Amino acid sequence: MNDVDETLNDLADHIAHAEPHAVQRWEITQGELTIHCVRDQIRSLIKFLRDDSQCRFETLIDVCGVDFPERRERFEIVYHMLSMRMNQRIRVKVSTDAETAVPSIVEIFPCAEWFEREALDMYGVLFAGNTDMRRLLTDYGFEGHPLRKDFPLTGYVEVRYDELEKRVVYEPVKLVQEYRNFDFLSPWEGAQAVIPGDEKATEGAE
Amino acid sequence: MADGQAHNPDDRSFTFNFGPQHPAAHGVLRMVVEMDGEIVERVDPHIGLLHRGTEKLIEYKTYLQALPYFDRLDYVAPMNQEHAYCLAIEKLLGLEVPRRASLIRVLYSEIGRISNHILNITTQAMDVGALTPITWGFEEREKLCVFYERACGSRMHAAYFRPGGVHQDLPPELLDDILKFCDEFLPVCDDMEGLLTDNRIFKQRNCDVGVVSVQDALDWGFSGVMVRGSGMAWDLRRAQPYECYNELDFKIPVGKHGDCYDRYVCRMEEMRESVKIIRQCIELMEPGPVLAKSSKIAPPRRGEMKRSMEALIHHFKLYTEGFKVPAGETYTAVEAPKGEFGVYLVSDGTNRPYRLKIRAPGFPHLHAMDYLSKGHQLADVSAILGSLDIVFGEIDR
Repeated sequence: MNDVDETLNDLADHIAHAEPHAVQRWEITQGELTIHCVRDQIRSLIKFLRDDSQCRFETLIDVCGVDFPERRERFEIVYHMLSMRMNQRIRVKVSTDAETAVPSIVEIFPCAEWFEREALDMYGVLFAGNTDMRRLLTDYGFEGHPLRKDFPLTGYVEVRYDELEKRVVYEPVKLVQEYRNFDFLSPWEGAQAVIPGDEKATEGAE
Repeated sequence: MADGQAHNPDDRSFTFNFGPQHPAAHGVLRMVVEMDGEIVERVDPHIGLLHRGTEKLIEYKTYLQALPYFDRLDYVAPMNQEHAYCLAIEKLLGLEVPRRASLIRVLYSEIGRISNHILNITTQAMDVGALTPITWGFEEREKLCVFYERACGSRMHAAYFRPGGVHQDLPPELLDDILKFCDEFLPVCDDMEGLLTDNRIFKQRNCDVGVVSVQDALDWGFSGVMVRGSGMAWDLRRAQPYECYNELDFKIPVGKHGDCYDRYVCRMEEMRESVKIIRQCIELMEPGPVLAKSSKIAPPRRGEMKRSMEALIHHFKLYTEGFKVPAGETYTAVEAPKGEFGVYLVSDGTNRPYRLKIRAPGFPHLHAMDYLSKGHQLADVSAILGSLDIVFGEIDR
């Protein structure tokens, strides 16, 4: 274990000790500390990380969502924080699903508002306590959450200028050619996909 | 004014749109501005007019195919974005970058910084009414675009940095020409400063406008010049050095008042520091490889492919299947000209990123627009917007 990891280790111990209700577990990978937090405790943990004299993570760098459709709580909300005083970074994660709201941290960091709006826009994750939950990046009146893994890359609607109606109209996406999504993962390296016809081999064996 | 409200002749409040197309909006930004007479009460930026779904597209591309998207984020300094992405991949792969490639990357990051600051300073000056600096500055910027072109064949969308190094070596005379540029550029800096720094109108429009205190900078997630202008000597190149920045000698200019004028002065000084870094990089440059040796990550050289079957197979595999990045996650940031540009990369061990979040410095900066503009006059809005240094390619993604 090198110096960086040791410092992070001490820091993680300190945080886990001070906020035992919030910290589920923590890990250090690539020299980066990740803390998995209980969803309802995120506010107190973020506040602690900002105010504690050993942490001083006073800059909220980023809040973003990640989608894991196979999990029961499919969304992970990832907070990145930076301490300019201690020259240290930290990552905090909470998980949620499409219905359960994550407590908003706008009161602690005003800059979280747009990050949370973006997460709502892209993943449909709700934030309780954020008063301005409009969409941020997508079109006015857009439906769906584009960064979800089950949202198609092409989307559902396309726009064009209609010469007759003299305005931009929305139409369902029409593709001349289906989007080609190649599976490059080599079958020699243990691909998970079932190749059609393979099931016959096992049927015969029984 | 809401319907049904009785019209009050003394009511001086009104709401209007700034943009979506406005020369001082630096792109496509729609701001709903609520005014009370001459004073701004609220600014509500509506962003996303340039949203192209970069993060979604990247999830469907191999790691190498995703690289050119980074040029199109902050298209004013394209290579700095590629840098963050390449560093993130290299971190997960545990890949070493050859010495020469590292120096070339730093060299071009600094060229990008200069070309960004030229654009920002001169357009900000134009926003407050000075028309000459832009004509002088863009002449220099054009030269930098030519340096881009000579290194990689493209003036803007370079796709030059690759995981493991840079795509190709620099042509032999290029370094001499860059050195020559360095000598010629400093007097031009002085000329531009002569136009602006002590200019009474420029000062009246910028001093004490859009003041950012240290606490504001922390609360609003600022980075780069936005914190340095307020007096914090925070620079990722110094605080968390990547590539070979820890060997280089440069200063970090900091402001005092945190207003638009101090940010302008910081940018001006940073350009001079960048020239210093460029000179050092060229001095340190020695012949050598510019791409990692690993044939599983970096494509083989042309000459090799003509002779070796193995190399040909590697080339084919790399440009169809691409390379796989071990499962894991990393947040890697560089000091881009506009602030901290970060890439949060989640890999699931396949040849495509599982999730890639782009942390653009301009995003929190623009968010603070409401906070910074409150109580100012309408004319100050464009001065503040100019000094935030925003580009919609990276904010809207």
